Amino acid sequence: MATRDKDMADLSVVGQSVYRTDANPKVTGRALHVGNIEMPGMLHVAVLRSPYPHARIKRIDKAKAEALSGVTVVLTGAEIAKMPGVDAHFGPAFRDQPILAVEKVCYAGDPVVAVAAVDRRTAEDALQLVEVDYEQLPAVFDVLEAVKPSAPLVHEQHRPAKAFADLAHVKAGQRSNICYHFKLRTGDVDKAFADADRVFEDTFSSPPAQHVPMEPHVTLVYLDEHERLNVWTSSQSPSYVRTELSATFGIPMNRIRVRVPYIGGGYGAKLYAKLEPLVTVLALITRKPVRYALTREEEFLTITKHRVVTKIKTAVKNGAITARKCEVYWDTGAYAEIGPRIGHKSGYTSAGPYRIPNVWIDSYCVYTHRVPAGAFRGFGVPQVIWAYDSQTDMIARALGADPVEFRLKPALDEGEPFATGTLVHSFGVKEAIRQAAHAIDWTKRGPVQTGTKRRGKGIAAGVKAVLTPSISGAIVILNADGTANVLSSTVEMGQGSETTLGQIVAEELGLTVGQVHIVQPDTDVTPYDTITAGSRSTYHMGNAVRMAAAKVKAALCEAVAAKLEVDPGDLLARNGRVCVRGMEERGMTIGEIFLAKFGSLGTTLAAEAVCQPTAAHMDPETGQSEKCTEYWFPSATAVEVEVDTETGRVAVLQLISVGDTGTAINPKHCEQQLLCAAVMHLGLTLFEEMVFDEGQLINGSLLDYQVASIKDMPRSFRSVVVEVPHADGPFGAKGAGETGALTVAPAVANAIEDAVGVRIRDLPITPEKILRALAGKNGTKVPGN
Amino acid sequence: MKREITLRVNDRDETLVIEDADTLLEVLRDRLKLWSVRESCGVGACGSCTVLLDGRPVSACLLLAVRSTGREITTLEGLGDGQALHPIQEAFVSERALQCAYCTPGFVLTVKALLDKNPNPSDDEIREYLSGNLCRCAGYADILRAVHLAREKQSRAPVQRR
Repeated sequence: MATRDKDMADLSVVGQSVYRTDANPKVTGRALHVGNIEMPGMLHVAVLRSPYPHARIKRIDKAKAEALSGVTVVLTGAEIAKMPGVDAHFGPAFRDQPILAVEKVCYAGDPVVAVAAVDRRTAEDALQLVEVDYEQLPAVFDVLEAVKPSAPLVHEQHRPAKAFADLAHVKAGQRSNICYHFKLRTGDVDKAFADADRVFEDTFSSPPAQHVPMEPHVTLVYLDEHERLNVWTSSQSPSYVRTELSATFGIPMNRIRVRVPYIGGGYGAKLYAKLEPLVTVLALITRKPVRYALTREEEFLTITKHRVVTKIKTAVKNGAITARKCEVYWDTGAYAEIGPRIGHKSGYTSAGPYRIPNVWIDSYCVYTHRVPAGAFRGFGVPQVIWAYDSQTDMIARALGADPVEFRLKPALDEGEPFATGTLVHSFGVKEAIRQAAHAIDWTKRGPVQTGTKRRGKGIAAGVKAVLTPSISGAIVILNADGTANVLSSTVEMGQGSETTLGQIVAEELGLTVGQVHIVQPDTDVTPYDTITAGSRSTYHMGNAVRMAAAKVKAALCEAVAAKLEVDPGDLLARNGRVCVRGMEERGMTIGEIFLAKFGSLGTTLAAEAVCQPTAAHMDPETGQSEKCTEYWFPSATAVEVEVDTETGRVAVLQLISVGDTGTAINPKHCEQQLLCAAVMHLGLTLFEEMVFDEGQLINGSLLDYQVASIKDMPRSFRSVVVEVPHADGPFGAKGAGETGALTVAPAVANAIEDAVGVRIRDLPITPEKILRALAGKNGTKVPGN
Repeated sequence: MKREITLRVNDRDETLVIEDADTLLEVLRDRLKLWSVRESCGVGACGSCTVLLDGRPVSACLLLAVRSTGREITTLEGLGDGQALHPIQEAFVSERALQCAYCTPGFVLTVKALLDKNPNPSDDEIREYLSGNLCRCAGYADILRAVHLAREKQSRAPVQRR
């Protein structure tokens, strides 16, 4: 930490908890959202969705709908498939998802017919007039059934998309519902299991859930006066949307402009392409502006969090874990979406942040006839930590070891190899565990409890690795008056990226945050960025804007050095001036520098930079890689719960969320991300679940699907930022968006076992499950059964 | 059926021809372009479309526009004097009680109604009153602090009618 203190002592903006730069437009409700943008003659969309999970489309009769006054077009997938030069399918890993169903439907909710009409109500009325005949086909809903050779096939063949470098190894597969299989092999697990004192074998599951961004997906597309495709969309990946639309429609990239204003929450739901291909095809056909805003019910039928089943087997010898074998099954639904990336990136972490000499991992991404699953805050890692850090706790208890000490002993230290063989750096997992234990007063235990309300404490730890390789580009433009514009494709979706990036640029150029304007994503002007997701923006875009600003600063320093006849290395940028270190009265304002350099104030000074961390090759058979990730973000959560043994209800009394974010650019915003991600995941832990019956979603509305409200806030809560600086992060920063989400569920389950001695292995942890487990433990009947 | 109605919105009379089936949410957004009123769940369960009706918070998605005549309708655009931030808004900014902020207008108006009714609410009363407003960024800790700060600000300042 000594280096950090020395480096940070020089900083004036980075490390300060400055206020959000987007607060005013947001608190007044004036923030621009896609839903507020209207174009003359704009059409509205409604979509007819499949009532069946798997069926052949025999006939579509749309004549009556087309005849309805106010309807401009009624479109089917078969018609899209016949459009010359158009790929009827899209997707980030496999091009498996039809814009509208072609020949068959693959889940109940699959879009079949789209109507564009003068208003939403007319479009919905038209849908009532469309007749579709289906022939139902056998379907498979359970991920463990879907991997069997006898299971009905969701797709006959798998066509890789080739859109991202990290998915280049995804292969065309056939005649199986397994679309991706990741393998990790290190040491000799069979020998370790044979030599073990004890072997623990458990299966854990977590259900499908929905992101529930308060703003549902919305996309507006129109052709401009040059017939260029203009797209306004609530997307976390504007650069990808442009690439995908170019590939799908064969339109040159410079004839597509994708813009993203503020978006009302994403959490992974708004990644890759969602509504954009459909709205584009409707705009191309009608030659009118077209906007499609999902209803809340449609949101539930568009994207989900992966249901995951993990079988985990662990060997213990002499009180230490010697081997771990994990089989992870990702239910990616009817279309792979980004499932293969999740199966890979999360798969390789599924043995935990621990020193385990023998590890075997199989991670399978599996098609089923359910709503597609994709990224969800944590990118699959919360699901694997749910398994491994529940089981780690069970082992500690079985061995009579203290759960904190049992984790601290094998937790990896700086420079030790992860299960992938990659040496870890900036890996504050031990510190996170210690801080969590300290904050919840771990060693302090209350008196023996005898009543019907029992208290217990639980802790869990885990780690996520950032997506690598990935790319962020940025351009910094300095104006003659000492203000700057920053061109970045990072999407401000609530995480505070505009503020963070503004702080980094302000620090580098010696400006105030108020002097830096972050331009919102616009593919006409803002450079490529892989995605706004995965806790990658502070590091990747932070580095890009910092490097671009450093180039601008170098040009300023060069001009000042020439004018003042000093060494450029002796100059620093501060308070809107460039001055001599130690003699700060000797220097020039930015205006003076512009006059000296250009002879005019009427110009700008711009520079571009790209941050592009690379990964080393990963062996496809063993998952070993010298470098599988650019950085790690360790997490620990501690909770105290009170379980009512009569009702099964769990009250979370205390919640401590700890994360290693690297150097905190904005400490309060890091604390906020850690705490809020944890509170969101309390809901996912205790009650969120999309319930399906034979492939039919039965709770797809906010009347039936509950998310955490203010009443679900624990009585006492706190987050702790652990700052282990990263050598290559901007000012040592890493990321913070997902960390708080990672370890909540096992911490709660571990606390429940501590309180009442029962172990829940299937999320969410409902009162019913606790009552059943208590009844099983006591040999009594569940009330009401 | 179409009919002409007059709505009293943010201290102005707005006369419009609407369909009987039009919700207040549709009229406020699509016709009056009051973009702070946000559509989210469509079933009155999330509070994103909260407006004040005679000072009480209601979900505009559940209310027919024809049933809203003769009432004082307040949206976030009508809060305060239209220039400076209202003390509740100031409190949300200084407690950082907004992230994606799609829910913020609904929260600010609900807090306004709460503090008008109960200038000194307890933590439990705040939790109860705000339980119909969802924030998926889960910034509830910040919102709780913001309500307390707004309460302090308002108890110091002269009473503001709007």
